[in-house]
Amino acid sequence: MTTSLRSEFAKGLRGGAPFVLVIIPFGLLFGVVATEAGLNVLEALSFSVVVIAGAAQFTALQLLQDQLPVAIVLLSALCVNLRMAMYSAALTQHLGPLPLWKKAVAAYFTVDQTFATAALDYEKRPGRTAEEKFAFFMGAAIAICPAWYVFTIVGAMVGNAIPESFALDFAVPITFLAMIAPALRSLAHVAAAFTSVVLALALSGLPYNLGLPIAALCAMIVGAAVEQRLTRAEAAA
Amino acid sequence: MSQIDHTALWLTMIGLGLGSFGLRFVFLGLIGDRALPEWVQRHLRYTSVAVLPAIVAPLIAFPAATGGTPDLPRTAAAAVTLAVGCFTKNVIAAIGTGAATLYLLLYLVG
Repeated sequence: MTTSLRSEFAKGLRGGAPFVLVIIPFGLLFGVVATEAGLNVLEALSFSVVVIAGAAQFTALQLLQDQLPVAIVLLSALCVNLRMAMYSAALTQHLGPLPLWKKAVAAYFTVDQTFATAALDYEKRPGRTAEEKFAFFMGAAIAICPAWYVFTIVGAMVGNAIPESFALDFAVPITFLAMIAPALRSLAHVAAAFTSVVLALALSGLPYNLGLPIAALCAMIVGAAVEQRLTRAEAAA
Repeated sequence: MSQIDHTALWLTMIGLGLGSFGLRFVFLGLIGDRALPEWVQRHLRYTSVAVLPAIVAPLIAFPAATGGTPDLPRTAAAAVTLAVGCFTKNVIAAIGTGAATLYLLLYLVG
C-alpha cells in the first residue's frame, strides 16, 4: 500500500470509530434477542455476518417468531433494507471506476454507519482517486463492522443467562422506536410514520402479516406526496 | 413467543443475505453511475419511517407477553422512548430511558 492509501485507511478508521458506540449496544441486543428466539451462538453470528443489517435482522427474527412463511419474512425484511439501494447509487459516483471485486467488497460493507462516514468525508474532501476513497471506506468498515459480529457473539452468550423477568420481549419495540424518533425530521417523515402506524394497526388482522407491506407502501407514498406538496408550496411562496 | 423453525431460519438468513447484497451492489456493480429518477428517490427517502413504525405499532398495541392486551409499563416505556428520541435525537439515550421506564413500572405495578 502506498503512503496516501495508508493514510486514507487510517482516516477512515478514525472517521468510523465513534460509531462503534452505537454498534455495541445494537450488536449485544441482537445477540440477546436471537438467543431468546432459540438461535444458538453460531446461528446468531451467521445472521450478523451474512446479512450485516441490524434493523432487517431484528425484523426477520420477529416475523420468524410469528411463524410466518419465509417469503413474507423476506419481503418485509428486504423492504427495511431498500435504503441500501439508495446508498449504492450514491457511492457509484465515488467508487465506480474500481475493479469489480473491490466494488463487491464495498457493497458487502455498505451499512448505515459506513455510508454516513464515507459520504460525509467524500463531500468534505473532494478530488481524491477512487482507490483513495476505497481505502477510506475500508478503514471505516474495519472500524465498524467487526464490532457488529463480536458483540452479536457476546450478546448471544450473555442472552442465555438472562432470566424471563427481564421483559426482553420489549427490547425490539424500544430499539425500533429509538431509531424511528430521530428520523422524524420533517412533516413528510411524520406523515409517513403516522400513516404506517394507523394502517399497520387497522390491517393487523390480515393473513401472512400482509398489513405490514401494505402499510409501508402507503406510508412511502404519503411521505413522498407530502414532500412534493411542501416543496411546491415553498416554490410558490 | 414461540421457537423458530431452523430450516426457515437458514432459508431466511441466506435469502436476506443475498437480497441485501443485491440491493447494495445493484448500482455500484451493475447499473453504474446513473441517477435514480427523482420520484423513486423521493419514495426511497421514506422507507425507514414507513416500514419500522408498521412493525413496531402492533408489538406495542398488542404485546405478546401480556397475551395481546396493552399494559401501562410497556405503553409508557414506548412513549418515553419516542419522546426522548425526538427531543435528543440520541438513539442510545432513548433506549436507556425507555428501558428504565419499563423496568421501573414493571417493578411498581407489574
